[in-house]
This record gives sequence, C-alpha cells and structure tokens, in this order.
Amino acid sequence: MTTTGVQKIQLAKLAHARSGDKADWVDFGLFAWNPAGYAVLAREVTAQAVQAHFQPWLPGRVECWTLPNILAVKLVLHDALQGGGARNLRLDNLGKSMAAALLRMQISVSDDELKQCLNTPRVGWWGDET
Amino acid sequence: MKKSIRIGAGLGFYGDAWEPVLASIERGAVQYIASDHLAELTLAILQKDLQRDASLGYARDVVPMLLRLWPAMAQHKVRFVCNAGGLNPAGAAAAIQAAFSIKGWSARVAVVTGDEVLQRVFDLAPAHMFNGGDFETVRERMVFANAYLGARPIVSALEQGADIVITGRVADAALFLGPLVHEFKWKLGDEGAATPQDLNRLAQGLAVGHLLECSGQGSGGNFGSLQAWKAIPDLAHIGYPIAEVSEDGSAVIMKAPGTGGRINFDTVRQQLLYEVHNPNEYFSPDVVLDMSTIHLEDMGQDRVRMTGATGKARTDQLKVVAGYRDGFKAEVTWGFSWPDAYDKALAAVEMVKTQLADKHVPHEALFVEFPGLNSAHGALAPLPDAQALADLNEVWVRMVLRTRDKKAADGFGRLFPWMGLSGPAYTCGFHGLHNTSELLGIWPALIDRTLVEPQTQVEILQT
Repeated sequence: MTTTGVQKIQLAKLAHARSGDKADWVDFGLFAWNPAGYAVLAREVTAQAVQAHFQPWLPGRVECWTLPNILAVKLVLHDALQGGGARNLRLDNLGKSMAAALLRMQISVSDDELKQCLNTPRVGWWGDET
Repeated sequence: MKKSIRIGAGLGFYGDAWEPVLASIERGAVQYIASDHLAELTLAILQKDLQRDASLGYARDVVPMLLRLWPAMAQHKVRFVCNAGGLNPAGAAAAIQAAFSIKGWSARVAVVTGDEVLQRVFDLAPAHMFNGGDFETVRERMVFANAYLGARPIVSALEQGADIVITGRVADAALFLGPLVHEFKWKLGDEGAATPQDLNRLAQGLAVGHLLECSGQGSGGNFGSLQAWKAIPDLAHIGYPIAEVSEDGSAVIMKAPGTGGRINFDTVRQQLLYEVHNPNEYFSPDVVLDMSTIHLEDMGQDRVRMTGATGKARTDQLKVVAGYRDGFKAEVTWGFSWPDAYDKALAAVEMVKTQLADKHVPHEALFVEFPGLNSAHGALAPLPDAQALADLNEVWVRMVLRTRDKKAADGFGRLFPWMGLSGPAYTCGFHGLHNTSELLGIWPALIDRTLVEPQTQVEILQT
C-alpha cells in the first residue's frame, strides 16, 4: 500500500465563491469545480474551520450547509458588518469582497485528492474547444 | 406543445445599466422584463430624497430607462414589472406619465401600494428579527418601515392589462414570480396553494426570480474566482439572464444572442446561493423554497436547465425592512510616500487620536484601515514583512469617525489640514474636509400578513 502525503493548499485552488450581505451577517456560496473537489470541500470547510479562519478579523458565529446537488457549501458569518451595511465604516461595507477572504483559507488535501481535483474536468461549459 | 414564457432580467439595483435589457427585448424574444431597483439600503437613500422633496422617494432611473426601452418594448409587446416605486410608487408613476405624455406614448401603468407600514410598526413595536433587540431603543429614530409584499398585487395588475407595473417594496423574486403566476394561472397562497405541484412550481418560479434579480450577476458578472473569471467573454457587452419557463415551472436560463457574459453551471449556481441564509428554507411572501433539491443541468452554449425546486407553504408573516437614524460618519483619506510611508501613516493616526482626546470630541469609534493593504480583508490580509513594509512606495490611510453628534462629524475633516505643514512629511491626496453622512441602522422584523395585505391596492393609470 502506498501512502501519499498531505498538503495545505489555499481554498482558491479548488473552489469559487460569492459573498453577499443581509443585516449584520455575510453569506458565502462556495463551489467546487467538480465532484472530487466537492468531497474535499464538504470535509474541510466546516463551520468550525471557517470560524477559526475568520477569527483573527471577525470572530462571529458561523453556520454551514452542504448542497451536494450543486457541489456547493453555503456559509453564514454572523456579526460581520459592524451592525449592518448602512452603518459599517469599512470601504467594503457590504462584504462583497469577503468571499475572497474565504478563498484565502488553508485546507488539507492528500496528494492523490489534489491530483484528482485538478485533473477532473469542470462540470460547467466554458466554451467550445477550438 | 407546452406553453412557455420568456422573462428577462431588468436592473439589479438602482443605478444599474439598461442597455443589456434592450438586447433581451430586441433579440431575446422575452415577453416580460422584471426589474429590481431596491436593495436593503436603497429605501434609506430614497427616504433622504423624500424628506427633501415629497414628489421624490422613488428610484429615479426608471424614467430614463423607460424612455430608452419603451419603443422596443411596445414593438415587441413586452410588459414591464419593477419595484422602482420605492417609498413613493405614485410619484414614480406620475413621473413616467409626464415623460410619456411629452413623447405622446400611450401605456397602461399600474401602481401597487400598501407596503408602507411605519405606523403599524410604531403600534406593534416588533423586536429585531435576528438579535431580539427592543424596539424602544430605536423608536424615536425610526424613519421608514416597509413590508415585503408578494406576487399577488403584480398578478392583479397584469390581469387588469397593465403594460407597466410599478411597485414599492415587493420581494425581489416576486417581481418575476408575478408574471409566471399570471400567465400559467398558478395557484398562490391566498387561493390555497397546498399540493406539492402547487408549491413546487411556485418554488421553481421563485428560484427563477432569484437567479434573475441581480442582472449581470446571473450571467457571469462578478464571478468570484481565481483566474477563471478571465474566461468569461466580453463583459462590456454582457447579456442579462433570461429564463424560459414552462407551465410546470421547469426553466432554462439563457441570454440574448450576440451578448457577452456566460451562462453555465458555475455562473448560475454562484447566483443561486447569493444572499441566501438557510438554503433549505428560503423564505418569501409566497412560498418557502428548498434549494437543496434543485438540479442544474449545463446544456452548453450559454444554457442551463433548472428543475427540482421544492416548496413549502408560505408562513403567516411578512418580513419588514425598517430603517432608523444611527448617527453620523465622517471620513478622511490621506496618502504618504516613501520613505517610512507606513510608519508616517500610523503617526498621523496617533495625532488624530490625540486631538480627539484633547478636544473631547464625542465619538463611538475611530475606524482605521489602509486602502491598498488591508481594507478588503482586514486582519486576514497578510501585511508585507517588516523590511518590505518600510520600503513601500506609498501608503494610504482611511480614517472614519462614527458619532451621534453631527457637529463632531462636521468638524472631523478640520483636524487634518494643519498637519500638512506640522505633521509627517511627503503627503498627498488628502480628501474629506467636508463629508459628513448620516448612518442608518436596519431593523428587520416580522409582521402578520393580515395587517398588511388588506391595505394593498392596485391603481391603473393611462398615459
């Protein structure tokens, strides 16, 4: 039996994401490019892990749901906007760029998993081959 | 052959572009355009307009938008539904009527009112929906309160032959659900929609609305990703999403031929989950949508088929968005060049803090961030190491004062000019001498629909 190494990678390598605001929380849709990536996301991107990631900046509670049909993880970070977009003093008062802060998160993958994630084609249509 | 309807996205917010809507009308074979002009904050902006001038309080872009689009809409027999009425739907309709009469255009305009619930909210004093906060802490400062209405008044307006429907605060997705309910005679909650078929097709209709309500965000715009966004063609000529919806609620998301952007599994699902909390229970006035059952099939060539949304019956309550005055902010931005740019910016911040203390300036917070370094991601944005930080070409600092005292906000910019000669050296780009703005807090709450829906009215005007 061969053993494979485990490495830390940035979530941005395996997923895409969008964030939005509602009252004082920021919500994130996080999407794997293919089923192999989804298996990694569903395991690594837990409420607890995301809360730990944001903790140095925004230590609010995190909720998490998985949507296997669309290879997605839905996250909500509470107490993220200084009380809400209309009173938030940050330049990014609506948290629109915060999905990128999520994509900075480090996750653990085995070498085999990573290979599979990166070598499996994307599900979406991104233009015809020329 | 099964009947189907094509509905196209209008604007996604007050200030959005409408040229892509013209492409959907002229080349997308749509029968309806539904246009969302109201974000949570927009009503706060409109409230300020209304205070200044009682004829305002609506999203004013709807007038030039219709002046541009109406000839094509009339030619292609496209009906238009929007929430641009904001806090004053009658005012919006009057402005449209005036503009159309100058052009000599005739249209049947429906005005939907009844979402305004400020007095009700004063009577009911509802707790904050998310944190349970006590209404009495904001009562004196409350400036507007509007309930999110559902699809019913839009359906009524269309039944009365409206070409243009102007609403106030209606749930964004209901702008799209309304035409579908009207065309397909789907049963709404007030008619006892209860079977899985009733509820699931409403859920599909709501999901369609959700995919289209943010215009270009549903067709490849704002596609958050590492590198992948570069493969989205011609965003400068983006086509807003169009849904072809069948009587059973199944839908194909597409866009007008010859437009930029991309409709695929990735761009569509990014929008599907946008600004959603629990995806298994997405509440709306008309149905509670479960997104976890949705299937998205990428058909290629900018087409994605959506099926499988499931719904549960609507609840007895409507969501209210209320806004209250929450003090003031004043902000300053200032640049410092090499050498020691970062340290000089920090020294300037200290000088400002000293002045605030010396002068006993009342304030709740002095917020400091460094645009170009950490304003987007705060403590999660890694700063350069010490040497690189010291060698930065330039550093910008943004300081924002939050205070209940308007005079303190007005005077904030005055703390800076003298530092140009008496503070750290090599500065430029000072901005913010006078820029107080009022902050608004949002008070989300729930209200019994029986207190709101009976007052809903649809009035028809002929231009």
